[in-house]
Amino acid sequence: MIRNLLIIISLFWFQSAFSQVTIKGKVTDNKGKALPGASVTLKNTYDGALVDSMGNYAFQTKDQGEQTLIFSIIGYTSVEQSINIGSENITQSVSLKEELNELKAVMITAGSFAAGDNKRGTVLNSIDIATTAGSNADITAALKTLPGAQQVGEKEGLFVRGGEGYETKQFIDGTVVNNPYYSSAPDITSRGRFSPFLFKGTVFSTGGYSALYGQALSSAVILESIDLPEKSAANASISPLFVGGGFQDLSKNKKSSWGANYGYVNVNLYFNIVKQTPDYFKIPEFHTADANFRIKTKSGGIIKYYTTFAYSELGLRRPDIDSAYLKDAFSLTNHNWYNNLSWRENLGRGWEMNLGSSYSTNRDDIGQQIQDANNQPKIFDTASWWMQSKNFNLSNRQDLSQVKLVLKKKLGGISTLRFGGEYWYNYNTTKFNDTLHTLEGNYQALFAESDIYITNGIVAQVGARFERSSIINKLNIAPRISLAYRTGPAAQISMAYGIFYQTPENQQLFFSTQLGFIKATHYIINYQKITNERIFRTEVFYKKYEDLIKTYPAYNNSGYGYAKGVEVFFRDKKTFKNIDYWISYSYLDTKRDYLNFPLEMQPNFAAHHTASLVMKKFYTSIKTGFNFTYTFATGRPYYNFQLNNGKYEIADEGTTKPYNSLGFSVNYLPNLGKQNARTSIVLFASVNNVLGADQVYGYNYSYNGSIKDAIRPPAKRFYFIGCFLSWGVDRSQDAINNNL
Amino acid sequence: MKKFLFSIALFATIAVQAQSDKYVPAMKENFKMQDNAKTTEDFQKVSATFERIGDAEKTQWLPYYYAALALTTPAWSDANLDKDENAQKIIALCDKADALTTANEDKAEIFSVRNMAATQQMLVDPQSRFMSYGQEAAADLQKGMQLDPNNPRLYYLQGMSVNGTPPQFGGGADKAKPIFEKALELFKAANPKPLYPDWGMKQTEEMLNQIK
Repeated sequence: MIRNLLIIISLFWFQSAFSQVTIKGKVTDNKGKALPGASVTLKNTYDGALVDSMGNYAFQTKDQGEQTLIFSIIGYTSVEQSINIGSENITQSVSLKEELNELKAVMITAGSFAAGDNKRGTVLNSIDIATTAGSNADITAALKTLPGAQQVGEKEGLFVRGGEGYETKQFIDGTVVNNPYYSSAPDITSRGRFSPFLFKGTVFSTGGYSALYGQALSSAVILESIDLPEKSAANASISPLFVGGGFQDLSKNKKSSWGANYGYVNVNLYFNIVKQTPDYFKIPEFHTADANFRIKTKSGGIIKYYTTFAYSELGLRRPDIDSAYLKDAFSLTNHNWYNNLSWRENLGRGWEMNLGSSYSTNRDDIGQQIQDANNQPKIFDTASWWMQSKNFNLSNRQDLSQVKLVLKKKLGGISTLRFGGEYWYNYNTTKFNDTLHTLEGNYQALFAESDIYITNGIVAQVGARFERSSIINKLNIAPRISLAYRTGPAAQISMAYGIFYQTPENQQLFFSTQLGFIKATHYIINYQKITNERIFRTEVFYKKYEDLIKTYPAYNNSGYGYAKGVEVFFRDKKTFKNIDYWISYSYLDTKRDYLNFPLEMQPNFAAHHTASLVMKKFYTSIKTGFNFTYTFATGRPYYNFQLNNGKYEIADEGTTKPYNSLGFSVNYLPNLGKQNARTSIVLFASVNNVLGADQVYGYNYSYNGSIKDAIRPPAKRFYFIGCFLSWGVDRSQDAINNNL
Repeated sequence: MKKFLFSIALFATIAVQAQSDKYVPAMKENFKMQDNAKTTEDFQKVSATFERIGDAEKTQWLPYYYAALALTTPAWSDANLDKDENAQKIIALCDKADALTTANEDKAEIFSVRNMAATQQMLVDPQSRFMSYGQEAAADLQKGMQLDPNNPRLYYLQGMSVNGTPPQFGGGADKAKPIFEKALELFKAANPKPLYPDWGMKQTEEMLNQIK
């Protein structure tokens, strides 16, 4: 017995003392790069090691016989290998294959700036948009601080990379918005209708965008509305310019919400204090109301409805350029109603559906009148027809109904396929004095697109759109291809190519429907490096315009042009403590021959150089944020064309003085951080063009071309002050109480 | 032959016994390694060792808990460490630990580690991450305290969070002091089982001295 025990003990001792073998090796990825931090484990034992920075590991074990080694690290597929442990040391090396991972995979960034909350590759979030000085929480104004957009201040819209304002389209939850801006008077810009806080994601694409979007030749602003609010809340805003109030109600089970808001703008008081150049005989007044509901579905989808109605009036008088004492009186009444209903649903087995629909109707009633010194209407005879042509009434109505279905299917790994179709129905009327024109038609599109991930570091997006417009009775096929390739841990190169078509504008179609699509081809190369605190990106592009609309001598598609340039964006939160700033620079070289241009030339909305510096600093000690935006653009060309012997000729041309603007805003949050504070208060004040630079956007010419008049903003500076209050009811406490 | 069989049986018994027998010594050995750990790599090694113990034991939550805890230590000081990746690892380990215990007290203990991971992620960019990770960190403490109102470490961490928040945001030393005092009281009353977490008392006392 004793002997037996001794044998056993010695056997055991022998095992523990003599059979300790070393297992070592190298762990790399499939390119042979070391994978430090990978773990190596002898299955079902405590033995193992971590891989060092050189990719090596080594450990000792007393276990014997058939064993399994497990190699694992997050982001890679684990590998198990059988080994037979004898008395010899073992060398076992392995290479691990990277798992395709949406969070790590490269993204296509050519042409697009993502702005949103909790999104990868985000350049700006919604707070950034609201706090960009000079923007006064207008999405378009904030996007103008990014490279690619021109500093056009005499009309609304984003003029991107040599494109007209109408070449940029806004999309909300997939469907296009027909009248994204408040209607305004000639030579005066206006704000967008939609607040940045309605959206959780904003993508500003300056070219090369996805086949899911069409009818935008130059640029797409893709807005994704918020889902359920975090809590129920009531809000109010007070300013010398407006008052507003509303609420959001989140149901107790947090599955649905609804809300409504109303706002009233009246600038009477403001215009009395801050003198405006035009003589406003009807002070601008706006009523806006909106309502929404959002319902979460059982399978994790959501149904969202948003509607907004706006009514506005304004009337202003400016000196008539053809006369020393006459005046142009312009009046405008606008009605706008916008509805958007969307449904996002998980259909199971990797399928996702996005169904979007919208209906909008917009009516502008415009009166234009020549008035004498006593503000009485003045009529001219046919000898002065160019004067009489300035007496008119115009009523425009634009209705758009549309539905769009996008189906998304996950392919193997993280590759995806998206396809679907859309249908628009347009009904437009224009009544010029007593003549009514109607333009009715539909537009259909089918599209498909696939993101193909070869590895986490290489993706190709291939897609195409097939479109038909019934008004011009034309078809087209628009291919789109982009690639992204990771060049370093945070750096990547992307490329995009695509053909883009757009139906001609209504005012051209009213004259002729014997027209084709206008066309642009984009070529973009982008380099981007994003770390936590810094973003650097630069882009080179070339855009070829074809089939642009010529309006003289006849309406046809013989116009053409090009745009090319370089853009740089740098955002830095690191170099200066607590200061966040970004710099944008765009170089643009563009020419086009369209409308009544006598030859291919630089259009009056394009400057060669544009740069912005946006700076933000928040002092927590005084709960106040200070924001600055400085924008510079070189002068833009202006022309006067005169018809001579049946041909348009350049009678006069020039370049405006460079554009300078310094915006400043301050926001004070007195209740910030107060625990249990039910009221959140934001006091906001801003000044645009603080330095009072003389901003000239272009020139208007008299009929005979002898007089030119600079187009300037209605006042040198714009001041704003407002107080925003919200009272939140946090339902999380309810939820806890109900569950206890 | 009979003897041989007997010896095999005895050996087998020893071997089976050894698996559990070596658990406590291995844990204790690794605690020593942890005490001596200095670099991020040291802590990662300690964490990996705890994880291997957990993998082999299959029924013990503590090894995974300590594996997660070890990863939180270097994340406070190592500026080059990718906090998001580290937190991802910590949360995965917390989930493993959580699945192996049903006791509320244990689950509360795990929430203290989750809180630290979320706090570390928040600190990468407090201004933009406060709303997401800051709230997650606060929710972890709340959930933990609901499961075990007497866990001193949760109060210590709450104290740290309040102390680190600027006074304008509702934080500061004055507000943190009573929380630390409560933590200390609970630490003194606590009587942890062998191998169970007992960290935090010294740090609490240091904080109380520091803010006085």
